[in-house]
Amino acid sequence: METTISKPGKGIHLRRTARSREAGYSGRSRNRKPPLNEGIRPESIAYDLNGAIEEEPKTPSPAAAAFVSGAKAIVPVLLALIPFAVAFGATAMGGGLSALETLAMSVFVFAGAAQLAAIPLISAGASVTIVVLTVLVVNLRLTLYSASLAPHFRRLPLGWKGLLSYLLTDQAYAATITRFDDGETEEPDKRWYFLGVALAIWVTWQTATMLGVFLGSWASEGWSLDFVLPLIFIALAVPAIKDLTTAAAALSAGVAAVFAAALPLNLGLITAALVGVLGGLVAENVAERRRR
Amino acid sequence: MNPLVLWLTMVGAGAVTFALRLSFIALLGRIEIPPFLGRALRFVPAAVLTAVVIPLLFYENGALEASLGNERLLAGLVAALIAWRTRSVLFTLGGGMATLWTLQAMGQSL
Repeated sequence: METTISKPGKGIHLRRTARSREAGYSGRSRNRKPPLNEGIRPESIAYDLNGAIEEEPKTPSPAAAAFVSGAKAIVPVLLALIPFAVAFGATAMGGGLSALETLAMSVFVFAGAAQLAAIPLISAGASVTIVVLTVLVVNLRLTLYSASLAPHFRRLPLGWKGLLSYLLTDQAYAATITRFDDGETEEPDKRWYFLGVALAIWVTWQTATMLGVFLGSWASEGWSLDFVLPLIFIALAVPAIKDLTTAAAALSAGVAAVFAAALPLNLGLITAALVGVLGGLVAENVAERRRR
Repeated sequence: MNPLVLWLTMVGAGAVTFALRLSFIALLGRIEIPPFLGRALRFVPAAVLTAVVIPLLFYENGALEASLGNERLLAGLVAALIAWRTRSVLFTLGGGMATLWTLQAMGQSL
């Protein structure tokens, strides 16, 4: 799920309003407008939100405003996310999982590529170790996001760290890191902004998985809907090839995958992936040497 | 897969994924990504995603089928072209499925 999105511009006004009002209470307000008019928009939105956040105070708060602007900023990405989750739901049903198991997987793992990659392995009767190892390899990139977000979540209590970590996805990372690094969102709004983004993704993912479950149980085998799985991965792999070195990684992984598919214990995917990473590193070294 | 084993697999996969996500957020200041690992991680998406796709296209019913008679391989190539030009998941899905159905219909009518 390599989605890069442009910096969300919407909602800035909202959060500024909320913060400047806060600043107004401490007596160092810089805005010239009377605070009376400004209260209207955040208030009406925060009101709608009261049901969504547990025990959020009824008065409009910067936290609620940050949450809403995060959830709003991610909407275009949500639309792109739906086909993945639907494909997962349908593929999992086709792969022999029950509706409950399919949904449980979306809740437990909550990582599209890993979930989809696990399905053919589970159908082929691979062992627990192989499936878990494959999921580990597919999700290794999450450590990069974790490292990059860590300074921003440094001061959070462990519970918050756990919650936001569970909700960390490619999309949530892409939608927040730029504005966090640029200082556009400050603590304590960061956690709420991230929660707004990530929770919207979570709800969409689970809902669209269910949609896929229905579609999968209703579709006929003659439609070759299992072909959706490779297609989704093609749609993900192509943008992941950004330059010559990543192309070398993909090429070596692809060649290795043709031969490694025959490996016992369904070790083919992991082997091919590691060969691919190695190919990328070699290509990078060659490129660096040429430059000198 | 036996349901109990399946649930065990899913819990294991979930736990591993959560640990990866939490790793640096929880351990900040105590460990850093070693530079070599950071460089290697850059290639993981391209490598892993390709490694998933290729066997699904090249193998039919467990046998290597690298010929023009392999409808899935051809439809996959068309889909890759669409993905490259449009960067759209929906177009890639739609174009790939349409190509496969067309090839299948042509194969049956021959």
